[in-house]
Amino acid sequence: MGLDAFAAACCAIPVLASLLAVRFAYVLCRSGLPPTRPRAAGLRCLIVLGSGGHTAEMMNIITELQKDRFTPRYYVAALTDSMSLQKAQVYEKSLIQGEGEKIIKNAQFMQIYRSREVGQSYITSIATTLLAVLHALWLIIRIRPQVIFCNGPGTCIPLCASAFLLKVLGLGWSSIFYIESIARVKKLSLSGLLLYKLRISDQFFVQWTQLQQKYPRAQYAGRLM
Amino acid sequence: MGDRERRMVFVTVGTTCFDALVKKVDSPQVKEALWQKGYTDLFIQMGRGTYAPSKYSRIQVSGDATLKVDHFTFSSSIADYIREASLVISHAGSGSIFETLRLGKPLIVVVNEDLMDNHQIELAEELAERKHLLCARPQTLEETIQGMDLETLLAYIPGDAKPVVALINKFLGFPAD
Repeated sequence: MGLDAFAAACCAIPVLASLLAVRFAYVLCRSGLPPTRPRAAGLRCLIVLGSGGHTAEMMNIITELQKDRFTPRYYVAALTDSMSLQKAQVYEKSLIQGEGEKIIKNAQFMQIYRSREVGQSYITSIATTLLAVLHALWLIIRIRPQVIFCNGPGTCIPLCASAFLLKVLGLGWSSIFYIESIARVKKLSLSGLLLYKLRISDQFFVQWTQLQQKYPRAQYAGRLM
Repeated sequence: MGDRERRMVFVTVGTTCFDALVKKVDSPQVKEALWQKGYTDLFIQMGRGTYAPSKYSRIQVSGDATLKVDHFTFSSSIADYIREASLVISHAGSGSIFETLRLGKPLIVVVNEDLMDNHQIELAEELAERKHLLCARPQTLEETIQGMDLETLLAYIPGDAKPVVALINKFLGFPAD
């Protein structure tokens, strides 16, 4: 019995591993290609907010989104950053004004652990990074976003990586849009560079033509600010 | 010369700590340079910095003339100060930069050289090259003020998220509006 199980595992593991590898390659190729069927309205959106400048840029995008297509909206910000969620809340409230005392039902606001605070030691960073990654995975599994918007804060890396993992495992499909911050003129941010090089983002936007020339898979469509 | 028209300079460091800039603006040389350019008031938003400039003091510059100075740490109505200002001196954060440009105020951006990963310098220099603002370091602020000609600055036309959103819609297979 024990031997049978062992033999079965010996056969199953390589098969599973190759299936995963094939699936991984498929997801990589499939990313960046538009969906095959035209969309029915109402996509669950995950919107990753960052500090001051990042959030201002992101809210400019959210303002332009067709709200019937991109709904419900889940806003995520770092646990230490309450200002960003406040801004998003003010905006979502402004959308339902005039309809009486309605509560915001198409938007949710959540906070996420940061992998590392400024000045934190490297040893404790390992533990907090692990916590941040697990928290990100948990959020992605709960929300199952179909669209992810992010523009640079470090918190977007574990979130996008978790979403990509779900794609590989076939547990969900999300289109990841990365819009590099306007503050990046000549070099990508670390988050941007990772998502670009690892091909995790489906569409990658930059806000300066000189950056687009350096990173040809990126798109330039003007500035947000 | 009689009473001057009130012309306020607003200094902002956002949520950062940028004592090098606050100290510099508080120096007699920079105050003198501002007075020479016709400014009468100096408001300093000092953020997390610990260096407190001379609050409520009337600094003696150029004989009888006085430049009024005041400071505070944070305010929820930074935009009101910018609106009121005739000149803004700001740290290189993109939030402060674009808020000032959107309100159409002349802007000197002072780059904080003490920051570790100082990518913010890229944005300030690019916008300075396009003549939307002046870019300085704390140690060159005085000369920048003395030599500035605000008439040469060009208005910044705010960006627009519509093209990006249109591409996102197209990618997702939504029909164009």
